[in-house]
Amino acid sequence: MIALLRRDLMLAIRVGGGFGLGLAFFLILVVLVPFGVGPNAEMLSRIAPGILWVGALLACLLSLDRIFQLDFEDGTLDLLATSPLPLEAAATLKALSHWLTTGLPLTLAAPVLGVLLNMDAQATAWLITSLALGTPALSMLGTFGAALTVGLKRGGLLISLLVLPLYMPTLIFGAEAVRRGADGLAATTPLLFVAAITAGCAALLPFATAAALRMNLR
Amino acid sequence: MSIWEYANPTRFMQTSGKLLPAVTVLSLVCLVVGLVWGFFFTPDDFRQGSTVKIIYLHVPSALMAINAWLMMLVCSLIWLIRRHHVSALAAKAAAPVGVTMTLIALATGAIWGEPMWGTYWAWDPRLTSFLILFLFYLGYIALWAAIENPDTAADLTSVLCLVGSVFALLSRYAVNFWNQGLHQGASLSLDKEENVADVFYFPLLVSIAGFVLLFLALVLLRTRTEIRARRTAALVAQERMA
Repeated sequence: MIALLRRDLMLAIRVGGGFGLGLAFFLILVVLVPFGVGPNAEMLSRIAPGILWVGALLACLLSLDRIFQLDFEDGTLDLLATSPLPLEAAATLKALSHWLTTGLPLTLAAPVLGVLLNMDAQATAWLITSLALGTPALSMLGTFGAALTVGLKRGGLLISLLVLPLYMPTLIFGAEAVRRGADGLAATTPLLFVAAITAGCAALLPFATAAALRMNLR
Repeated sequence: MSIWEYANPTRFMQTSGKLLPAVTVLSLVCLVVGLVWGFFFTPDDFRQGSTVKIIYLHVPSALMAINAWLMMLVCSLIWLIRRHHVSALAAKAAAPVGVTMTLIALATGAIWGEPMWGTYWAWDPRLTSFLILFLFYLGYIALWAAIENPDTAADLTSVLCLVGSVFALLSRYAVNFWNQGLHQGASLSLDKEENVADVFYFPLLVSIAGFVLLFLALVLLRTRTEIRARRTAALVAQERMA
């Protein structure tokens, strides 16, 4: 299991494209927003939580079709499916490595980008917490979407259509937590919801992902 | 004699062939009676004026939009557990009908919302969750269309339908939390007293019955088409092998 995780991480870092691309996309998106809505600092700090959450979500989406596609093409996925390691565990590891290469860097980069959008320190703390709690769910849902479309020639566009509606609850609660935190209101309830979604995804989605992979490999 | 016998396509074709004309006629009668009664023979509401009459389209279509997804969920489960092909094809056939119902509900709601709320669209929990439901339908239909092998397509869309149901439900409550909205409470419910006066209530019931039957007729028709398309594909494949 560790070997598989290490292999995925190595590939992500060395092959390039997946690892830095998400972050760069996140940066570009945040830079584009003030050009779109105007450089009014007050307005920017008001819309910052939502922009940063949506940006993280889109950056996550960008690297999804890479999760299984390369492994499917060179036959590694068939080996994984026949190996003694349960496919559910492999699916979890894939999601974990996706999170380590996109979700975690996004969470770490968010406060820096928050400065660009004039977020105050209090809101930034909530942003980091909510992203840290929510991005694993995004990775797991994305892995599921990638497993559904793995055999398809042009799965990339389809993944967004399948996965974005699934992201909706996480986005709502995550951004709500930051917004409430920024206004000095109690933000624990939406945070708990985000954590619950992540926990629920971790419990159930590996089975759905593995089932989808088996169906695609049959 | 059990319900599972209809999993046999031939059996299904026979029965549905007899059932379809009856259901179609019945649904047309209900729709015509319900809508004409509703539009022309009920009084205007004292506050909403004649716009109240849009409920004869809005409420039944919204109802069917949700129930169509529910039916797809049940069909997907049956396919995953017992692998009855008719069930998978019925789910496939129901999706476009469901998405149309969602669209009708959204459109009639917008038309009604303009004079009443002063806006075509508001980011209100009910409206938003319907929009999300619409997106789920689109994803489901797109996945069916994208996969060539019919069995794999049925498998994958079933799994998507299961996961999607959980998240559609979750979104429904998430948007409630996110924003409090304009939409009034349920017009009809089983456990509470009705919010609709009797004059409006009876034609509404008839038009709901019409929509249910219309949905049934369309799904039967589309499932029959799917079965025939499947048979044609099998014949063509056979021909090519020979």
